[in-house]
Amino acid sequence: MASTAIPVEREHYLNTDYGIRSWLFTTDHKRIALLYLVTITVFFFIGGFFALLIRLELLTPAGDLVLADTYNKLFTMHGQVMIFFFLIPSIPAVLGNFLVPMMVGAKDLAFPRINLLSWYLLVAAGIVMLHTIITGGVDSGWTFYTPFSTAFSNTKVIEAGLAIFIAGFSSILTGLNFVVTIHRMRAPGLTWSRLPLFIWAHYATSIIQLLGTPVLAITLLLVVFERAFHLGIFDPTRGGDPLLFQHLFWFYSHPAVYIMILPAMGVVAEIIPCFSRKRIFGYSAVAMSSIAIAVFGFLVWAHHMFVAGISLYSAMIFSILSYLVAVPSAIKVFNWTATMYKGSIHFDTPMLYAMGFIGLFTMGGLTGLFLAALGIDVHVTDTYFVIAHFHYIMVGGAVMGYLGGLHFWWPKISGRLYPEWLGKFAALTVFLGFNLTFFPQFILGYLGMPRRYWEYPPEFQVLNVLSTAGSTILAVGYVLPMIYFLWSMRYGKIADANPWGAAGLEWKTASPPPTDNFREIPEVSWEAYNYDEIPAPAEVPVGR
Amino acid sequence: MADSSLAVEHQEGLDHQFVDREQQRNAASLGMWVFLGTEVMFFGGMFCAYLIYRYWYYNEFAAGSRSLDIVLGTTNTAVLICSSLTVALGVRAAQMGKRRLLLLLLLATLVFGLGFLVIKGVEWHDKYVEHHIPGPSFNAEELIRKNPELHIDPAPTQIYFSLYFAMTGLHALHMVVGVGIFCFLTYYAWKGRYTPEYHTPVEIGGLYWHFVDIIWIYLFPLLYLIDRKR
Repeated sequence: MASTAIPVEREHYLNTDYGIRSWLFTTDHKRIALLYLVTITVFFFIGGFFALLIRLELLTPAGDLVLADTYNKLFTMHGQVMIFFFLIPSIPAVLGNFLVPMMVGAKDLAFPRINLLSWYLLVAAGIVMLHTIITGGVDSGWTFYTPFSTAFSNTKVIEAGLAIFIAGFSSILTGLNFVVTIHRMRAPGLTWSRLPLFIWAHYATSIIQLLGTPVLAITLLLVVFERAFHLGIFDPTRGGDPLLFQHLFWFYSHPAVYIMILPAMGVVAEIIPCFSRKRIFGYSAVAMSSIAIAVFGFLVWAHHMFVAGISLYSAMIFSILSYLVAVPSAIKVFNWTATMYKGSIHFDTPMLYAMGFIGLFTMGGLTGLFLAALGIDVHVTDTYFVIAHFHYIMVGGAVMGYLGGLHFWWPKISGRLYPEWLGKFAALTVFLGFNLTFFPQFILGYLGMPRRYWEYPPEFQVLNVLSTAGSTILAVGYVLPMIYFLWSMRYGKIADANPWGAAGLEWKTASPPPTDNFREIPEVSWEAYNYDEIPAPAEVPVGR
Repeated sequence: MADSSLAVEHQEGLDHQFVDREQQRNAASLGMWVFLGTEVMFFGGMFCAYLIYRYWYYNEFAAGSRSLDIVLGTTNTAVLICSSLTVALGVRAAQMGKRRLLLLLLLATLVFGLGFLVIKGVEWHDKYVEHHIPGPSFNAEELIRKNPELHIDPAPTQIYFSLYFAMTGLHALHMVVGVGIFCFLTYYAWKGRYTPEYHTPVEIGGLYWHFVDIIWIYLFPLLYLIDRKR
């Protein structure tokens, strides 16, 4: 199966064809994944640039770097770019696109042209978003709360709303492709209970994308209609209800958090068994917890509205339901930990990210329970405590998972190995920089510093300086992998088919894979994560 | 694409990622059903808003509903149901390989679809003439005068018409997309591409058409038939 020496001229998906047309008109899921990778990396650095400007403004208590209006635009566009143009597409559209067909033993996704279309939609949305940014920006907050967004803001709400509307279509089409592929394209013998947990996580994610995103689409469309055509569905002067907007918005935007975190959990569930050399502990519990998170995720949205004027009874019910999400999340964390127990653990770069994920996600999740509790939530609503909480989930969780996955599958994607010591150094930098940036914000929030203000009382300065310092370290940690990944594409050591000794169909084909993924469609007769049958790589691949 | 010339075309209309025609048809059909699921959620947002506001502003909704032209609305409902019939018969014709009949039924569907849009356009124009389009030019005086027993508040009547235009507008947009799809289907039916072995596009195009039809079946009573019993 896996050849020992790779002939130099072997044909694979990267060298079958050259030139810009072979990329822009490709229907190969692996090439589309790379198109996504480039696109979302651009948006990641745009969103990161806004974040650094926010942190620089908050270095001093006075509002002295940018105008207050500019600051409003900065945090709005940081949120919109990072959420809709980086985090939502990140793992599904890049790693999922690359891996889902290979993990299910298919030649491609079910609808390759729709897959390409979804990339074009994201690019179109991105161009509209960039145009919004360059020609004045938008200041409604990423949440578009009415009536400010419909009646009072004099910035480009319509354009930003349409950009996110189009990006939502891209997300829906990706989810649709995954659901159909997972249902209809599995290789012979690959039953549901033999699927990798990465696939289960993506299946759950796709369900959320399919059921949630259309609701966001119609909500934003109604906001756009209200601004553009004077419809009055959320307008309080005509009897409309801004709370209805919040309900509809969070019906998508809370599950959207799980669109970001579930794929990262799928990545971690692949990395942990591989670098512990053990079968995952509690396979079916981990798989079902993904589905449970997707289901419970739709029942908790109003915990974003505890102080918005909803009734106490519905607040109590949503509070209890929010606690329920902690159960499947904890099942995952405990099962990963149990997988590592008595495992033969290798601390390679992907494993560092995965372990970082477990720690940071646990902190983010536990502080989420603080916020789900009505009494504490009233105290810390709209403070930096909330900011710190969701950054622990989205950055500490989703981005760590994304980077871990990118390192884990980079040999498969590029056919090359990245420099291991630099990888470890970057992983530690990200971990330290992240905690230095966001841990002080928990304290700031608890002390009462509100979010979305450009200035603050002087007694908060020490913690803000720590946070800003951390953000620069974090930035270094993010730039490093981009540099050494690019470097490794030309100078990295050549990877064989399975450098980590990992289970999973994607490792049974060459690195990089041929355009059709497999010479012949594999027949699966084994359970997932059969690490007791796979020898550890004799020579641990990189740097050692 | 350059590399597709190398691939061997072993079966007409079978994409390379599928093992056989049946897998391809199942995938396409599931894909359309899943897409229609997302459409349910899309319209669901507006139905949710409708539900709440109709509960809050029942009298205003009733007055707005009475101002719609029930003859045109009913005609349009009949037109759409007829179009669904021609679509269903068309799918059958495609399965049996009757090319001329399929072509005829697809053209009939297009006529019904365009007819619906024309009638809808007339209704919207009436609303424009009556100053019932939400915004600065909105005028509720006629609604108040005609429905003295409802004691309506002029402000929320705009919510009824906002929902009316948002819901029928987006439904009409789906109709326009449907007409586009059926133009495409008609063209390829004319070229004779659809056979008893391969007619998946007719089937899933038909699914979409039926779905848009069903949305209207809900919109019609919700928008036109509130408190018409006088």
